[in-house]
Amino acid sequence: MQTDLLQEARRQAEICNACRYCEGYCSVFPALHAERAFSDGDLTQLANLCHNCRGCYYACQYTAPHEFDLNLPQALANVRQDSWEDLAFPQAAGRAFQKNGVAIAVATVIGFALLFWAARALAAQGGEGFYAVLSHNAMVAIFLPAFLFPLVSIAISLRRYWQRVGAGPFRTAHLVKALKQAGNMKNLKGGHGDGCNFEDEDRFSHTRRMAHQAVMYGFLLCFASTSVATVMHYALDMPAPYGIFSLPKLLGISGGLLMVLGCAEMIRLKLRSDRALGATQAFGGEVAFVGLLGFVGLSGLLLYALGQTGAMPLLLVLHLGAVLAFFLLTPFTKMAHGFYRLTALVVDAQR
Amino acid sequence: MTRTEDTPDIVVIGGGNAALCAAITAAEAGARVLILESAPKPYRGGNSRHTRNFRCMHHGPLGPLVDSYTEEEYLADLLKVTGGKTDEHLARLAIRTSEDCLPWMEAHGVRFQPSLSGTLSLARTNAFFLGGGKGLVNAYYRTAERLGVQVRYEAAVTHLDLDDNRIAFVDYTQNGETRRVTPKSVVVASGGFQADTDWLARAWGPAAKNFLIRGTPYNRGVVLADLLHQGIEQVGDPTQCHAVAIDGRAPKFDGGIVTRLDCVPFSIVVNKDARRFYDEGEDVWPKRYAIWGRLVAAQPDQVGYVIIDAKSLNLFMPSVFPPIKADTLEELAQKMELPADALAQTVAEFNAACGDTSAFHPTELDGVSTTGITPPKTNWARPITEPPFYGYSLRTGVTFTYLGLKVDENAQCAIGNRPVTNLWAAGETMAGSILGQGYLAGFGMTIGTVFGRIAGKEAAAHAN
Ligand SMILES: Cc1cc2nc3c(=O)[nH]c(=O)nc-3n(C[C@H](O)[C@H](O)[C@H](O)COP(=O)(O)OP(=O)(O)OC[C@H]3O[C@@H](n4cnc5c(N)ncnc54)[C@H](O)[C@@H]3O)c2cc1C
Ligand code: SF4
Ligand code: SF4
Repeated sequence: MQTDLLQEARRQAEICNACRYCEGYCSVFPALHAERAFSDGDLTQLANLCHNCRGCYYACQYTAPHEFDLNLPQALANVRQDSWEDLAFPQAAGRAFQKNGVAIAVATVIGFALLFWAARALAAQGGEGFYAVLSHNAMVAIFLPAFLFPLVSIAISLRRYWQRVGAGPFRTAHLVKALKQAGNMKNLKGGHGDGCNFEDEDRFSHTRRMAHQAVMYGFLLCFASTSVATVMHYALDMPAPYGIFSLPKLLGISGGLLMVLGCAEMIRLKLRSDRALGATQAFGGEVAFVGLLGFVGLSGLLLYALGQTGAMPLLLVLHLGAVLAFFLLTPFTKMAHGFYRLTALVVDAQR
Repeated sequence: MTRTEDTPDIVVIGGGNAALCAAITAAEAGARVLILESAPKPYRGGNSRHTRNFRCMHHGPLGPLVDSYTEEEYLADLLKVTGGKTDEHLARLAIRTSEDCLPWMEAHGVRFQPSLSGTLSLARTNAFFLGGGKGLVNAYYRTAERLGVQVRYEAAVTHLDLDDNRIAFVDYTQNGETRRVTPKSVVVASGGFQADTDWLARAWGPAAKNFLIRGTPYNRGVVLADLLHQGIEQVGDPTQCHAVAIDGRAPKFDGGIVTRLDCVPFSIVVNKDARRFYDEGEDVWPKRYAIWGRLVAAQPDQVGYVIIDAKSLNLFMPSVFPPIKADTLEELAQKMELPADALAQTVAEFNAACGDTSAFHPTELDGVSTTGITPPKTNWARPITEPPFYGYSLRTGVTFTYLGLKVDENAQCAIGNRPVTNLWAAGETMAGSILGQGYLAGFGMTIGTVFGRIAGKEAAAHAN
């Protein structure tokens, strides 16, 4: 990890610990107050508890031009970003993608290209609907590894995280508590339930929390849709296509809509927000990633809407290409934050 | 050149808690209000920016406050710290109205911390702002803006022109230009004069030049001096100021809360000659915090040095600067530029005077005391023996001054025995009307909120 980033976060954490005015905004402060001195692991944990809601920045009497120059959201964002790069497996991929919108775009294009190539080379003779473009077996052959690899990678990273922050033994009760907090994004309510300070200086609003919820639940619905479809395909012998009132479609369409709206709103908020309160270098990478996620949702919806038209093969390949890129990039982009955040909340529940 | 502007009904001078309470109240009463704040936007809010809590009377659980805190108990607490130097009528008014204030504050955007860790003893008497005073100030600026209050930053008021018994116009400078406004009513809420060290030195003597100012550099008492020169009634003693002992490495201005040091009860405190000068264990620290400002101010060069050893390091709140650390007392003396022999001797004498320490209890008066030395240490007296040794330097940190504008129960200022018909004052600038000396934690914000609201209401009634 970069020692200068850690050093700066440590300096600021020590000032906050002497001040304590922000106790109550989020989980960071009670965790911070439990320490007197901050190891690199402590700072990594604090950084991953922070949601960059900025409540503490606007409430701080020590922000620039004050000589103490506090900007805790930024200091923690930098450490957090750096920790994701550092803990990623393989690490080189973390370095390449975390901050790099261009790399994400390139990876996505490569995802499409692979799919186009596969579609031509492995096109199923005689399949119906989508499978006329790409056989079911070919899809599985491509997506199964693309799905398993990120899982393995993230598992390794989280294990490293667990060790680095010096967490205690794992308990289900802690996980349940963490899931509850993540489920309603308690920490984005700002402690007083008025929300956070993301888009308009010190004005509190729930917009970011709601956008965030939309993306998270939209993603989970889409994921559920795919899972249900898989079960239907293999266990119940009910292959696609499915009608509009089928479970996969209902989950998928509502999830897709939520995801598209949520991602669009997240990008709008990011563009409005003051970049100097986040990890400035990661800005491009984050926007690119949210864009990719939104595109996954959008192309999925379009595919559904235009599935009976001549545009279908093109849309299918675009959608699957985006999904492929998304999965492969998951451990190395902003997507990883969800996993780290949840882990940090589990560790925090041990306190 | 002085430019006369089209002016609103009311001008509020200052941009802290008292000013905002006045502006909001007046705007809600339908008046057009202009706030003139001398600080740039990031520093708006004066000393109120640095505050943490508000002391509030209540009959039962109220907002974050538990139990009840009666008028009589509150007043008794106030009389204890002021030694009776209080205008009881105004004090009761402030105390009684404070109960109304809390819901009013919440309705105008202020949020409180749930009564939580570390402050249990205050959970009954003081409500803590979520995010501290800057969070409060931000909320009030949002509310004021929504009500159409205009705010000008970097607008420093220089002169209020008294014509017989009313203020005729207000002059201020902005962008190097002098401007003049002629409001119907004026509310002064521009704080004390503590940031003007020349004025402090005139009152205190040259020692005051070595004082640090805990809060905003913008409270220089310009308006206060201007009004007093024109014969507006004054209250309070210019030599009185609230001062505490803070970390000697704190910035000259605006260090705020983080520069406080809580380690004194577990230490010995010496002056620059390495001599002890006062009982460090006299009482629990919040009670004794304030007197050390004066004690240090009376020492050569207005500095003190706290010496502790390893066993005490984790007994007090962390502070913003790390302590100076050394393996031996000699080395510590050298690092702190104290005479090493004298320090060794002082510590040896102190250690020899310590007795049985088995009853040591860090959070209560434990009676673990020295025998046979002057000054004694009457509680928490444990020998300083366990390396590494740690030290902090101490200096006097001024919180606010007491000299101010005398007001009546309508927050109105006076000249001779007549009220000035369109001039009101609120907050620190008139706090001396209630607080003759001493200080009660959280009372500054109470005075500002109560009298700010009164001033706003009266000023609006006059203007309409
Ligand atoms: C570190 C610290 C901690 C404190 N903690 C607490 C606490 O927890 N609870 C509590 O009750 N009290 C606390 N106090 C005391 C409290 O800050 C004051 O009692 C209170 O803020 C006074 O409010 P005010 O509105 O009168 O003045 P201020 O908030 O100081 O506002 C005065 C305003 O006037 C402006 N001004 C000055 N001169 C001019 C001019 N010529 N023209 C235009 N504008 C001008 C200043 O820029 C400033 O904005 C604390 C003080 C300090 C320094
Ligand atoms: S962010 Fe600022 S106000 Fe909040 S706890 Fe830290 S130093 Fe205090
Ligand atoms: S930015 Fe928000 S989440 Fe992060 S430390 Fe500050 S208040 Fe907590």
